[in-house]
Order: sequence, then structure tokens, then C-alpha cells
Amino acid sequence: MRGFLKGFSGTLGSVLVTLFGLTVVTFLIGRVMPVDPVIAAVGDNAPQSVVEQTRIAMGLDKPLPVQFADYLWQLLHGNLGMSILTKNPVTHDIAHYFPATFELATYALILSMLIGVPLGVWAAVRQGTVTDQVIRIVCFAGHSIPVFLLALISLIVFYKALGIAPGPGRQGIIYDGMVPVQTGLLTIDSLLAGDTGAFWDAVAHLTQPVCILAYFSMAYVARMTRAFMIDALKGEFVITARAKGLPLRSVIWAHAFPTVAVQLVTVLALTYAGLLEGAVVTETVFAWPGLGQYLTTALLNADMNPVVGATLLIGVIYVGLNLLADLLYRLLDPRVR
Amino acid sequence: MISRRQLLIGSAVVPVLSYLDLTQAFADTPKDILVVAQQLDNITTLDPHANYESLAGEICTNLYQNLIVPDPEDSSKIEPVIAESWSVDDSGKVFTFKLADTTFSTGNPVTAEDVAYSLQRAIKINGGAAFIIGQFGFTPENVDQTIVAVDDKTVTLTTAEPTAISFLLYCLSASVGAIVEKAVVEAHVEGDDMGKGWLNKNSAGSGPFVLQAWKPSEAISLTVNEYGPYKGNITRILVRHVADPSSQLLMLQKGDVDIARNLTSEQLKQVEGVDGFNMIRQEIAALMLISLNQDNEYLSKPEVWQAVKWALDYEGMQKNIVPMTYAVHQSFEPSGIPGAVTENPFRQDIEKAKALMEKAGLADGFEITMDHYSNQPYPDIAQAVQASLGEIGIKVNLLAGENRQVLTKMRARQHQMAMSSWGTDYFDPNANAEVFCINEDNSDDAKDRPFIWRSHFQNADFAARAKAARDEKDSAKRLELYEALQKDYMQNSPFAFMFQKTDTAVCRTDVHGFRLQVFSSSNTYQETTKS
Repeated sequence: MRGFLKGFSGTLGSVLVTLFGLTVVTFLIGRVMPVDPVIAAVGDNAPQSVVEQTRIAMGLDKPLPVQFADYLWQLLHGNLGMSILTKNPVTHDIAHYFPATFELATYALILSMLIGVPLGVWAAVRQGTVTDQVIRIVCFAGHSIPVFLLALISLIVFYKALGIAPGPGRQGIIYDGMVPVQTGLLTIDSLLAGDTGAFWDAVAHLTQPVCILAYFSMAYVARMTRAFMIDALKGEFVITARAKGLPLRSVIWAHAFPTVAVQLVTVLALTYAGLLEGAVVTETVFAWPGLGQYLTTALLNADMNPVVGATLLIGVIYVGLNLLADLLYRLLDPRVR
Repeated sequence: MISRRQLLIGSAVVPVLSYLDLTQAFADTPKDILVVAQQLDNITTLDPHANYESLAGEICTNLYQNLIVPDPEDSSKIEPVIAESWSVDDSGKVFTFKLADTTFSTGNPVTAEDVAYSLQRAIKINGGAAFIIGQFGFTPENVDQTIVAVDDKTVTLTTAEPTAISFLLYCLSASVGAIVEKAVVEAHVEGDDMGKGWLNKNSAGSGPFVLQAWKPSEAISLTVNEYGPYKGNITRILVRHVADPSSQLLMLQKGDVDIARNLTSEQLKQVEGVDGFNMIRQEIAALMLISLNQDNEYLSKPEVWQAVKWALDYEGMQKNIVPMTYAVHQSFEPSGIPGAVTENPFRQDIEKAKALMEKAGLADGFEITMDHYSNQPYPDIAQAVQASLGEIGIKVNLLAGENRQVLTKMRARQHQMAMSSWGTDYFDPNANAEVFCINEDNSDDAKDRPFIWRSHFQNADFAARAKAARDEKDSAKRLELYEALQKDYMQNSPFAFMFQKTDTAVCRTDVHGFRLQVFSSSNTYQETTKS
């Protein structure tokens, strides 16, 4: 246990260093970008006097180290600054936009896991057969077709041609603003409010983007699962199990799979982190007001506080999920303790 | 017992099946709600006195009224709104406005006190657009004395210099001249914010609609102001942020939105002439131009200005690249602004352009870099410009950048050639004449930095004529002065104006009365109804 705690505190230290490094780099990139943030605040046509006055008000006239020290001081107090575009504190904006991405990413991860893992196992068991080839093609397609193309095709087929799916957006207009915000997750909030109409509407709006993101992630999960399983199936314990005459199902799921599960935790954690950072393209095509769209809009408008804030959040998510995977690894696999 | 295989297939099919019983939920928009798909990601505030860009201006136009507005049918005429009548004294400095009977969304009448407070507030906030009113000599220090409520129904504005009444009126019609309800705003003042925090996301006006909610980069919801001028059958307007134009088109075709505002040429072709859709088009006050920086030894030669203008294939670019979104326009005043010259004297004439290059002593041409915006159609236009100028020996290296990146470089005067856009600030010819003609101080640390300063251009004759036109009291003569100025400027300036933007909104046929204006910030849903 002591070793475990020691390892954990070491990891925590490296996490803090990583986050600090991330803050420095993002802040510097934001400040040395060849775009004047003042234009975002007052427009290109504003008189020079207003431009200068705004530059001072935004603290951009101070030397870079002073600006960074100010930012860090505020950051330590939980203040990520104000957004020029939304006029809200960045923390408020993130609390508003992140749940939309979280909802999308979580359902996409669950779906990709439910399909990707069995598919990968199946491909490994049938290695070299037609089944394996078909799964490989499906996975390659998922990983190589641009997401915006899949999203547009999906909209054209299911929304426009067949008319069985809702269009872009998180909600239909009749439910817009009708569900009281509690968690920010529409499927949960609508159920808490007892509004089943809004719940099904939210589910329907989620289905297309979730399926597309899930397909993209599933391809990766399935490929990795296949590779891990092929390795595992070569293990002597598997040969022994088969020699004992255990049924194939039992050999695969009770003997081989548990050894793979440990590695899969890392893959799933990274996949989840990738989904949570905001699937910018999917969010754009589906007019999904999530973190990806918030970050992109801010970046294109040279609104740097949200960019730094959202990047930090993504960094924290990555580091957090890695840490979690690390912990699970230690708990699940006695060899690394 | 369900087998694993069945479970797998079942879980893959469930999401698709889940649509089937939901189909009825995706019907057309309700008859009393107007749903608009639009790119809303530029809005920084909905406070009319703090905002500066046209999209926020458009929303504010639907929430607030001004003293007057230009007649949409005839831009040289002024229509009364909150003001019933106006006059100017003999000095040409004191303007008196008598107010009509209008009502705020709270049910309270609009008084002279509200009008004076609103205009004073615009000056004191000193936002990006305050100069439109401030240029008449109103400052935060003197505005309490120069804009005064005389009685309940009378307001006077005293300008620093004798001023053409049409100039003042056009400026007062800008979004920054919106009238807010003093009592409501003052009730929400926090510290010294003058109510900005509250007015960012709420409204206190007498316009046709009231702001119900604004979720940045998500949606804006307006409801009808029961005391306002809207008389149609719509009770609510929902403007949804849909960034992707392809998604806007799909939503329009499916009836999920009534109006799509940002379709590109490609998408417009898909609905042009198709039953069920009406296309509303309007040339707006935004120009695409090439600036030639005068600190470059080649670009400072007047023959090179002319050669560039004669080398460009305006018609070809318009027809092949931007057939539905831009029109050829070569003057600095956009069509639709009073006094704008709409003749286009330049067309591609390579021989003439080559002769001009020879006259400039540059028969062998030269190499130059052109910065341009990276969003379409700029890259395509830039390539066409590169090909045309290549024919007369000017080798253009293209440098694409995000819009604000190009602007930042231009503002630092570091470009050689730059292709960018310019949007007119307010509905008066002086708006563009000033930024394209008057550059008092051409030094790097100049206090005022108009558009031409960025390209080191200074011309005393143009500056004097722009000032004379600005100050001319006779409205008809004033426009004549501007017309003559534009014609000379086309021939003798280092700016090649190429196109004027055309705004297009596509409506479903059950939407009536929606129209676009020369100034996007004046677009209003006041006449819009649904059948």
C-alpha cells in the first residue's frame, strides 16, 4: 500500500507539472498569435482611441510576464477570466457548454464499447477469415472516412430523405428552453422534470451524432481489442484451457478476455478523453452547442481566455482519465503493483 | 434466452428503430413561431450602445427604435419613428426633435428624457460605434449639456460645428442611436457599468420585439412587444445558431427552419427557382477590395495603380466564382448609400495594363506578396487576381490568413498588397469618404488611423473635398460632391474596389414580408408574417 501511495503521489506531481506546462504553452500561444484580440472586442472599424483604451482595459499593454503572473494568480483563485464574445466568466461558459459535449461523448463511448469490444474479440477469434476481413474493412472505413462526410451523409439519408431523424440541434423547437437545467444533460434533466416528450426528443437528437462518433471510436476500440486478443489467445494458459476441453466461449471470455481488459481500460480512457475534448466537426454539422464549438468560435474570434480555459479543461480531462486508467491498471493487474 | 449474437445485432439496430415512433415530432415549425437558421458566433453583446457589428445591430434593430430611419425604398428620404419632426436653427448647430407617441415594452411612453439619456449613454460608454454620434462634437464630458430634454416631448442636440442635417439624421439612424428606457436600465446598473451587464442580455426598448433569451453561439429568442409596432401573426422568433451552411439548407428543405440566412453560392443554386422557397437578395454595404501599400516602391507608382485596375477580370471572377453572392462594384461608396456611383469604368484590358506598366518603367514586372482572408470566396478570387496580374508581369505570392490575422497585419502597415473587405459604418456617404480620403497624420504613431492610413496613402485634395462634401448644407449638392469625388478616386487611388457583397436569405413560401436592407444591421422582422 505504501508503494502504491508513493507511486500515486509521484504521478500527482507529474500531473501538476504537466498542467502548469500546458498553461504556459497555451497562454503564450494565445498571446503571440498574430491576431490582435482588441479587434475582437471593439471591431475593425473602431477609432484608434477606443482601441487603445480597450487594450489597457484588457491588460494587454502590460509586459507578457506580468500578464502571465496576473492570469496565474486568477487561475489559482478559480477564475479563468472573462470571454469577450459571451461577456460571461469562462467558468460559467464551460459549465454551460461542457455538459452538451459530456452527454454526447459518454453515450458515444458506451456505444462504441458495446459494439467495438465484442467485434474486436470476434475478429481475433476468427483471425484471417472472411469475418475478420469484413470487420477490418468496417473499422478502416470508420477511421478513414472524414467525420463531416459521415455526418452530412447521415443527415441527408436519415433526416432529409427518409425523414425518420431530427435535424441538427440538441432539441426540437417545441422543447427549446422548456426543460429546467439541473445537470445540463438533457436526457437526465428531462427525466428529472418528468417530461418524457422532451426526453425522447433529446434521445432522438442525440442518436445521429452519437452513432457517428461511436462508429469513429468503435473502429479504434475494435482494432485494439483484436490486437490484444490475438496476443492473449496465443498464451499458454489459453492452450491449456483448450486442452482441458473447456468450451470456446469459456476460453475466450473467462480466460483470455480478463487479461485484455486491463489494456482496454487505457484504450477506452484515451478514447473517452478524445471524445470529451469536443468533436468539433460533428458539433458544427449538428449545430451542437458543445465545448468543441465554443473553443473553435473563441479561437476564430481571437477570444483567448476561453481558449486557454477550455484547453486547460481538456488537459485536466486527459490527465485525469490517464490517472484513472493508471489506478485501475494497478488495481486490476497485480504485476504492476 | 437471447444469444450474444442477437444482443449485438439488437443493440446496433435500437438507435435506428428509436426514430420510427418519433417521426411525428419532427413536423414543420409552428405557425406562430418564426425559426431562423443563422451564424451567430460574432455577437459580443446585445447592448445597442456597446455593440459594433452588424449582426448584433440587426437583433437590436428588432428590439429598439431610433429617432428616425432612412426610407428603405428611397435612401435619400428619412422616415420618422420616435421623432415626429425635426428642425435646425440658423447657426446649423442646434437640432430640435419633437417626439411622436411611442411606447416601451413596459407600457411606459417614450419621453424626451429617455431619448437624451440613451444618446448620452452611447457617448459615455464609448464603445466601438460611439464615434458615429461622437463625431459631431459630443464627448462624455459635454454630452449632458449638448444633448438635452427640453420638455417631455422635445430634445435638442447641439453640435460643435455647423452640420448638414442629413448627415446628422443618417448617423442617428445607426444602431448606436437606439433609444432605451431610462428607468429600466438605471434599475439594473451595477457599480459603474451603466447597465451594460444587464442590457447585454436583456432589452429595454420600444421595438417590435423583446429579447427573451440569448444563449451565445446557440440561439436568440424574441417575443412580440405587445406595445410595439409589430402587427403580424408571429408571437416568437427563434434564431438558431447553425454554423454549417449545408446544415442550414437541410433544415430549410425539411421545414425545421423558415429562413436560412447563410447559404453559400453552391447551396443557393440548389434552391434557386425551386417551388417552396423564395430567395430574397440585397446588395449590402460591404466591399471587397485590394489595397496597395504605398511604402512599397513599385506599388507607390500611380501607373501601377491603374495597371492593376485594368488587369483584373471583374466580370469573369463575378460570373465564375461569386455569381450569387457578389456584384461588380468599383466605387468606394456601396450601391444603396446616398450618392453612390454605380458605374464600373474598369474592365480587363491586358494591353492597356501592360502599356501602363511600361510607362511606370516596370515592363519586366515585379514580385509582390498579397495577403488575403482564408475563408471562401477570398482564396478563389485571390488566385484569379494572381493569374490576371501574372499576365502583366506582376508575380503575386499569395498569403492566406484568418480574417483578423490579415487585419492585424494591415493595421500594423506590414502588408504589401492585401485583399480584404470593408463594411460601411453608418448610412451616410461620409462614413466611407472619411476612411478612404482623410488621413491627417501619416506617421506610424498617428492618433487617428483610418483605413487608408494602413496603406500609407495620403492625398490633400481628396481630404479637402471629402470635408467639403461632409459640411455641405444643401443635400442635393452634397451628393453631387460625393459623386465627383468617387469618380476621381477610382482613377487616382491605390485601392482597387472589385465587388459589393450581396446578402441572400432563403425563406419558405409561407413566410411573407421579410426583407433585407443595404445595412445588415437594419434588417428587421417587423413586417414578417407566416401563412
